[in-house]
Amino acid sequence: MTTIPISWYLAVAAVLFTIGTVTVFVKRNAIAMLLGIELMLNAANLTAVTFSSYFRELAGQILVFFVMVVAAAEAAVGLAIIVLLFRHRETLNVDEAQLLKL
Amino acid sequence: MERALFLSFALTAIVAALNVLWRRHPLHSALALLVVLGALTGLYILLGAYFLAVVQVIIYAGAILVLFLFVIMLLNIRAEEARLERRPIFRWLAVPFALLLGAEIVYLVRVFEENPIPSGTSIGVTEAVGRELFTTYLLPFEITSIVILIAILGAVVLARRG
Repeated sequence: MTTIPISWYLAVAAVLFTIGTVTVFVKRNAIAMLLGIELMLNAANLTAVTFSSYFRELAGQILVFFVMVVAAAEAAVGLAIIVLLFRHRETLNVDEAQLLKL
Repeated sequence: MERALFLSFALTAIVAALNVLWRRHPLHSALALLVVLGALTGLYILLGAYFLAVVQVIIYAGAILVLFLFVIMLLNIRAEEARLERRPIFRWLAVPFALLLGAEIVYLVRVFEENPIPSGTSIGVTEAVGRELFTTYLLPFEITSIVILIAILGAVVLARRG
């Protein structure tokens, strides 16, 4: 049985993280930006699980568990803010939510 | 066999991630992210993290993404009309960054080429993770409940204000 080098997983995680970063930068829709953040979190999770399996150490997987909990909390609060923004502004474009900018 | 599975999962994840980026409607992006999460579940199983694979499906695909879909459908939003403003400087900046990432990945693959994931008994079974979670990491685990509680309170307070 052939085994998979650790670098392949890390390469996939790097590509996913980059795509997530580009999504956050390019998109103007607040929900799409949150989706990009989720993508980045998942890429980081994949890295943690990879090293956890490589070093045969469970701490990495525990870390991923906590990251998932924080991601759930972040999604709940972030989406509540987005709903509020939509109610006040009738838009999700982050360029138009510039109340602090004079 | 294992490599074929890995390649199919990895390709699925990357193509779906590109779809998250390219699709203009957030609903399509969210559904593409669902595919990414499913492919990552396959990679977790290949890595022997069985508990995390199940948690990924239940929490990410089952809870977080459904929340996203609810909000997208609740707000009845349209696709983004305008493409990003075309500033040529950014397009030229993209080239060195892409080269940097490519060089980094090539370097990574070279360095770790002869470091395969040890196969055999996997460490990520539910019993082991649960034992660790409720002994070594008991305090952080309890703190996560407070984090979740505060998140619920925040969401409720924000929703009532509107």
